[in-house]
Formats: sequence, structure tokens, C-alpha cells
Amino acid sequence: MSRALIIGATSAIAEATARILAQRGWHLYLTGRDPQRLEAIALDLKLRGAASVNFQTLEANDFAAHDLMLARADAALHYFDTALIAHGTLSDQIACESSFELALQEITTNALSVVSLSSRIATRLAARHSGTIVVISSVAGDRGRQSNYVYGCAKSLVTTFLSGLRQRMHKYGVNVITVKPGFVDTPMTAAFAKGLLWSKPESVAAGIVSAIARKRDVVYLPFFWRPIMLMVRLVPERVFKRLTL
Amino acid sequence: MLTRVIGSWGNVQRVPHEALSLRSRFDPFPRLSRTATLLPFGNGRSYGDSCLNAGGSLLQMRTLSRFIRFDRHTGVIACEAGVLLGEILQLIVPAGWFLAVVPGTQFVTVGGAIANDVHGKNHHRVGAFGNHVLSFELLRSTGERIVCTPKQNTALFHATIGGLGLTGVITWAELQLQPITGPWMDVESIRVTNLAEYFDLAAQSHDEFEYVVSWIDCLASGKRAGRGVLQRANHRADDEQRREPRRGNWGVPRAVPVSFVNSITLRVANTLLYHRQHTKRLRAPKHYQEFFFPLDGIVHWNRLYGPKGFYQYQCIIPGDSAEDALRELLTAIAGSGQGSFLAVLKHCGGIGQQGLLSFPMHGVTLAVDFPNRGADLERLFRSLDAIVSAARGRLYPAKDGRMPREMFRAGYPRWLEFCQFIDPRFSSSFWRRVGKAPNA
Repeated sequence: MSRALIIGATSAIAEATARILAQRGWHLYLTGRDPQRLEAIALDLKLRGAASVNFQTLEANDFAAHDLMLARADAALHYFDTALIAHGTLSDQIACESSFELALQEITTNALSVVSLSSRIATRLAARHSGTIVVISSVAGDRGRQSNYVYGCAKSLVTTFLSGLRQRMHKYGVNVITVKPGFVDTPMTAAFAKGLLWSKPESVAAGIVSAIARKRDVVYLPFFWRPIMLMVRLVPERVFKRLTL
Repeated sequence: MLTRVIGSWGNVQRVPHEALSLRSRFDPFPRLSRTATLLPFGNGRSYGDSCLNAGGSLLQMRTLSRFIRFDRHTGVIACEAGVLLGEILQLIVPAGWFLAVVPGTQFVTVGGAIANDVHGKNHHRVGAFGNHVLSFELLRSTGERIVCTPKQNTALFHATIGGLGLTGVITWAELQLQPITGPWMDVESIRVTNLAEYFDLAAQSHDEFEYVVSWIDCLASGKRAGRGVLQRANHRADDEQRREPRRGNWGVPRAVPVSFVNSITLRVANTLLYHRQHTKRLRAPKHYQEFFFPLDGIVHWNRLYGPKGFYQYQCIIPGDSAEDALRELLTAIAGSGQGSFLAVLKHCGGIGQQGLLSFPMHGVTLAVDFPNRGADLERLFRSLDAIVSAARGRLYPAKDGRMPREMFRAGYPRWLEFCQFIDPRFSSSFWRRVGKAPNA
């Protein structure tokens, strides 16, 4: 393992993960929307020790562009063995409540584009009988809450889809990892007050890299979100609907 | 608007701020509410209130943490302003380079090192951090981006070095590094019995040693005033492989109920530190981490001072009056029974200061930590202020949380000239306390 495709490379978690891989001398292929920022990140990763770094812009919701991007990534990396899907937007729940168009767009970005990308990546890796697909889902996908259920349902779709994909890929020796970060202090969550439960992108990144090495299936990052979300899921709906979470 | 309670290293003040951040160095100047002021915030290692902007906005710079260029032949590195000095060292030491100047911790950002024009144990030889800055970009509240070098936008260059973050946001900087052979240092530790001996030994050491610094026992008084251990060192010229020291990764929990620094622990610690080496002179190779950043192995050592926090008093006394003034200062500190095991004495050289508000000048600097004891401590500080002012010395803004306005203005005579370079949307708690233009 040493050739990674990173989709959504300008996200804080993806960039922190890429830095660790760069220090270990990996070959990297980055995609994102902003070419200027991608170039800056690519230069940084090269200086930090990456064996090679290439990048291209990609609009995740342009599904038709996915295959071409994957072909380019394969060419640049001489066939990638690891793919990290990390792009996403944090939906404005209130705005989504009054605009189905907005809700649809959020679900497209956070769920459908991930389905498209991970399916196509799975096809390529299955043919090679090895590889790892890592997808950033979220604890928000474990149960719908009034404060962010549009984002949550998209992540829930991703989690469920990956669970099936993992079973299908198992016989091909392809490992599928669902990463469920809790609250992460990134520019995406800049508008939230931070408390004890918040963690840094660097520590989530370290968790992702270790999950790849240890061939994990579903990881909560940090680990304490697993018992927290277990309890959240166990609350009966009759009680849950009265909560203000 | 998001408010976050943010404190500085001394933990005396913790105040709410609007917290802002940039995603990249290409981002436009952040939008501020109509009356709000902004201050860039690096890694929060300033001790007092120079990195705080109570009630205003802080622009958290750690997100700008990318390397831009590193030329392994010329030793020039360019990076975003939020990169930590420690991260730079990780990259450059294996390539045979070292930062020209490092302060006592590697956990400061490049932007913070410039804004405070930090100095190191080699000030007598190479000057301060600002003497090795080749260029940087300043993002002003007008949206303008100004590249400053010693030859281009010179006035703003010199205002920004040591400018306490008030002249705009430094987005990236370019630094000249120094070549080294390997990560090891040749370190000589010499026990010094009093202040006169310190001055003699320091004077002898400056020609032969790049790095000279002295730890002193600030409880010793009378004939023993100034006793301590002088350390002098050079980068080792060999590249022999040695086992790298295991860095402890100790942490101090968030809620230390009381200060662990009191008159008993202090006396024990200082006596142990003084007698740690049995011989007068000890010579040994040390890894650069151990020599430059002994405290970095204890994460959050500042919490040892308990919930009330601590102050550091760092002054510099110019030229020839230094020895007498230092004797008076040490006598006053020892007499008070306050103070800490972190007392450091260092000669600064005469290399031209780059910043209008740079702290180091030709003279001797003394830094002592004090647990926060409220009015008792402020009384001691007032008497120290009087000694420093009489000797035409000044205090270090990066460490300060209390100096009187008159003392700042007398110590930094170019402060008025500096005022014209302040970005009108920028301010800090420190600046409102000591600097703000007289008619504002």
C-alpha cells in the first residue's frame, strides 16, 4: 500500500491524512474544486516527503466526470491501491427545511456522489483483487436528529451503502472502511462553539491511517463516539422525539 | 457569531473572542462586523495579553500551515505563517539546515516569531528572528496584499517585525536558514557562583560559542546572588550517529487545583538544579531538542501554576549599567521570596534590530516566572519596574500582561512612529492597555 487517490483533498481531514501519508513517502493523487488550493497543498505534500503528488479539479456532482478522473489517477499513480473519499458539505438544516432543491443538492453532494465514486472505485479494485476504500461518513448518520437530519440522512445512506459494498468486496480482497468522525474542529464547522467532545483533524487523520493499516471496517473517531452513539441509538423513538438534540 | 473563550500561555486571562479562520493563504480578508477589531492568533505562546483581543475577533492562524518552497542548496524556506518552528525543524534538520534563531519553545508559529521578533541563545552572534526574514506577505483589512522585504515596502517590513500582529495578517514568510552538520550540539555547562563570575564567563564565552545562556537561582541573595549554571554550545561538526533522546510526552491535566510553585517547592527545586552537576564543568553532546527546548517535553507545563496562572517578567538592561541593575533586581526578587525555578539570564548583542518595537538590544536580559499572587506580586513588579526604568531598560511585550503605559512608551521610544503602520481594523488587549495613540 503506498498509492492513494484522495477525493476532496482540500478538506481539513483529508489534508491532515495526506500529510501523514506524505511523510511515509506515498504517491498521491488529489482532487478538489479549487485549483489554486490544490496546487498549494500538492507542493506542501511534496516537501513533506510524498514520492509524487498530482492533482486535478473535480466537481463531485458531475458523475459523468468520475470515470475519466479515475483513469487519470490510475495513470498517474500506476494504479492506486487506496482511495479516500473525503469531500462533503455541512448542510444548512434550516434552509433545507424550506427548500427541497437545497436538500436534494446536499444529498447529492454528500451521498449520491459518494455512491457513484465508491462504486466505480470498487469495480477497479475488485479487478485487481486488492485495495482499500476509505469513506468519511459521520456519527450524524447513526440517527436522524432535528438539528441536522438532511446531512444525517445523506451520511446514513453512505453508511448503509458501504456496509453492503463491504460484503460484496470482501471476496475480492478489497477492504471498505467507514469512518465516522464525531465533532471535528475544521473550517466546515467554524460556526460551532467548541467543547470537550471536539477533536482536531490531525487526530482524526491519525485514526484513519491506522484504520487503513489495520484493515478496520467501521471506525468511530475518536473511539469514544462508539459508546455515545450506541446510547443515542438505544433511546426509544417515543422518548427521542421529545428531545432537543 | 461564534464566541470562544481563549487564553494565553500565562493563563491569567481567559476572555471571549469571536473566532475566525482562513482556509488558505489565498482567502480574502475575513469579513468583520462593523465595529469589531481583529488580531491574528498563532499558537498562543505569548504569556500575557499581547495575543488577545478581548471582546474583538481573533484570526486563528494555525490553519495556514503549508510549506511553499525549500531550497536545499541555498537554505531558503518559504511557508505559510501558521507553520510551527518545530515543523520546520522536522523538515530541515535531516537536510542539514537549522533555523537561524529559535526561542525557548518550538511550539510557536512563524507569524508569531516575526510579530514578536523573538530571540534565542545566539542573539549575541546573529541577532533576532527578524534579522533572518527575507520577505513576507501582509494582508491588510483593505484587502491589499503587500510583499515586504528589507528592500521593498521597507517601512512596513520594519513595523511588522516585532509589530505584535497589529500591522496586518502575515500570510506567508520566507526565511534564511543556517547550515549544520547534524542534530547534535556540543554543550558545556559551568556552575557559576555569583553574578560577577557570570559576567566574566559570559564575556569569555561569546567569541567561541554560538549559544550562551544561563539559568540562575533567583532565591540566592547577597554574595551568592546570581549563582546558577551557564550553558554554552555550538552545533557539532561531526555527523556521528547517536541514539536520539526519548522525548517524554508528559502532560499536565487541565484542572490543577492549586499552584505547584510555592516557596517550598521553589527552594527545593532551585537547590537541586544548582547542585545537579557535581563538577564545576560538564561537557557532553546533547540533541538539539534537549538543548533548545527542554520544557517542550512537558505539554502544558504552564498549568502547574494552577488556576490563577502566572506572569513572566522579562526585562532587558542596556550596556554598561547592566551588572548593577541586575544585582538590584535579583536582590529584590530574592527578598520577596517569590519567583520560580525558571529564571534565565542572557547577553544580547549589538546586531541592528529590525523592528520598530523589537525587544532585544545590546545588553542583558533577565526572565523570571512568578505564580500569580495578585497585589503582592504587582507590588514586587512595581519595584522591579523602577530599577529597570532607572537603568533605561524595557520589558518584553510577548511576556507582559501588566506593564504601565508610561513604561512601555519610555522603553519603546519609536512607538508613536509605529502607530502610523497599524492597520485601522487591528487591535489587541495589550495595545489598548499600553499603546493606543494619545488622541484616540
